[in-house]
Amino acid sequence: MKGENYMHLEFPSRSSNEAFARSAVAAFAAQLDPTLDELGDIKTAVSEAVTNCIVHAYPNELGPIIIKAKIIGDNVLDITVKDRGCGIADIEQARKPMFTTGGEERSGMGITIMESFMTEFRIQSTLHKGTSVHMKRRILPRGGGK
Amino acid sequence: MKLTSFVQDRQLTVLLRGEIDHHSAREIMHTLADKIDQYLPLRCILDFEEVRFMDSSGIAVVLSALRRMNTLQGKLILQNIPPQPYKVLCTAGVEKIATIKEECTQ
Repeated sequence: MKGENYMHLEFPSRSSNEAFARSAVAAFAAQLDPTLDELGDIKTAVSEAVTNCIVHAYPNELGPIIIKAKIIGDNVLDITVKDRGCGIADIEQARKPMFTTGGEERSGMGITIMESFMTEFRIQSTLHKGTSVHMKRRILPRGGGK
Repeated sequence: MKLTSFVQDRQLTVLLRGEIDHHSAREIMHTLADKIDQYLPLRCILDFEEVRFMDSSGIAVVLSALRRMNTLQGKLILQNIPPQPYKVLCTAGVEKIATIKEECTQ
């Protein structure tokens, strides 16, 4: 039945898992028949969320990253990316484009990309407990013939 | 990631390949920096034709190459960018600070 499918994924915060995480979510999203562009947006947003866990939530250690994805309502993919890391002290600051505490290797565009590539974006964080990013993306139904 | 590059008349062309994310970006950034420091080019061309995926880590790669080329008073040119990396680069306004030669159409 539509609207009842979901998946859970948990893996350690190794950067080698970034490609696995975005590909797994993309493979799950494939049942909504997304276009290449929509799939690209979803993969990019997931990659940003997972990278933030690796770089910021667990800067000096490995910790679990949990992804939950489900299909809800009218062709909507609902994704939560969660960590049990250090949390974000100032979320408003973290959301600013080009702001980063990650040094020269980071662009500070991760959250901006998640916000602009997804239909909905929410972030919740508690210091020393972790951060949870919640995103939704509606996949436009494609005209018949397929 | 192994980068292919060639130099001619102080023009350095680097062919980027595969998926550019946080995992791969550090190595690409360092390789690129080494090549620019070695050849001191006047023009550096980054070719994205073989890039299958890129997230914001790629923006940091481009900005770092741009800073290096600026100190050499040289030019950074991005070319053959597929739609997905192109969208990521434009979110950061990279098209306003580097020259984008041609956009590849899927």
